[in-house]
Amino acid sequence: MTAGRWKSIGAILACILALVSFVLAGEPSGKKDAAASPVIHATDADTMRLQGEQRFRANCGRCHAAPHKFPPRMMATVVRHMRVRATITDEDMRLVLFYMTQ
Amino acid sequence: MLCLLFSLAGRSAAQTKNDDRPIPILTGNAGAFSFVTGGQNLIDTQVNPVLLLPLGDRWLVESRVAFEGMFQRPPGGGPYQGPVTKHIDYAQVDYIASPYVTITAGRFLTPFGIFNERLYPCWIRALQPDPLILPINTAPSDGVMLRGGFALNSAASLNYAAYVSATNIGIGSVDSERHVGGRMGFFFPGPRLEVGGSWQKTLQDDRKNAFGFHMGWQPAKAPLNLRAEFAHSFEGSGYWIEGAYRLSQAHFWQKAMRRTEVVARAQQFFVGDIGAEGEAALALPGANTREADFGINYFLRDGLKAVASYGRQFGPAGNFNQWTYGVAYRFLIPLGPTGAQ
Repeated sequence: MTAGRWKSIGAILACILALVSFVLAGEPSGKKDAAASPVIHATDADTMRLQGEQRFRANCGRCHAAPHKFPPRMMATVVRHMRVRATITDEDMRLVLFYMTQ
Repeated sequence: MLCLLFSLAGRSAAQTKNDDRPIPILTGNAGAFSFVTGGQNLIDTQVNPVLLLPLGDRWLVESRVAFEGMFQRPPGGGPYQGPVTKHIDYAQVDYIASPYVTITAGRFLTPFGIFNERLYPCWIRALQPDPLILPINTAPSDGVMLRGGFALNSAASLNYAAYVSATNIGIGSVDSERHVGGRMGFFFPGPRLEVGGSWQKTLQDDRKNAFGFHMGWQPAKAPLNLRAEFAHSFEGSGYWIEGAYRLSQAHFWQKAMRRTEVVARAQQFFVGDIGAEGEAALALPGANTREADFGINYFLRDGLKAVASYGRQFGPAGNFNQWTYGVAYRFLIPLGPTGAQ
């Protein structure tokens, strides 16, 4: 194996190590669910709905026209899929899910 | 294996008291199109089911399979005939490790540029003909990927993907290809602007680099969607820029106009260093090529649209027209109780 190849493998391993460290550092404390619906106070609902609509238009509207709203459990799957596919942020995902299910 | 996953998904859903937990879904798209290229008609029918299987709170198994039939009349005349192909576009397991990182393993769409990952499905794309540079560095990857997105501040967010792959591509003398790559994008929600870049390096033979840039802009004051990509690789180089405008601001025939979208795309391709065999295998043009396309889409109802477009391609072998018309449909079928009232 050439020295260049070892250097590349070393660089890849270093990147993976750095990202794993980043994952562990970013892990929320406790057992909080990363994809669960947010806890919402009634007074916040309107604000969240408005923000959710804005985030929906900003994120989802970048690629496709707005679909009709689907039942909550379907929407939860679709939003999880889109979180991965479109690399939308965790906060955006929660707000979009709230908007699309309320 | 699939039965086991379904039972796990079902048990996971049944154990929870919440009624907003995700359920397995069969979604995807189907389309029927007629591509008339230089007077030769090609009927393209396709079904692309996508299975989404959430497991617990952090896992998602997802897969897309493509079934496509392409039918033409033989040169001497006669009934339409042609191959029906099927292949797995992706079959991956995603683990949402943290708000910032999702780990993906399996076969996944290569995050090089934005068209391949985000805009490829026929119900999403604004023009049905592929961009000329689409095949560049976008063959599916087999390996591991880390990806995610997070807000940098209130004015910008960052999204990224980094991957390692060992893919069997079976082109010419290269039977498999190991590569690493990544993509990074910045999204500015104020002006609704995204800009980003992609990079990929093969880990064998000449260890060549490829890179690309992408942008997308949706101005708040107009129903316009402007996108562009540039790619440079030993397989070839080029760019496309596309604008799609929804006619919802028209003051006449408003009911019809708000369902109508007009599209224009300009693109150019420059040949690379892979020779005629490689170009043919990747479905890249065999010579430097320019193309302009104009299209119209009519959204009949949610997930169903009728499409038509005209394009003209300019190349050293001659210029020709390409007409396209057809319908694209997106379906979504729950595979469990939906929680609907």
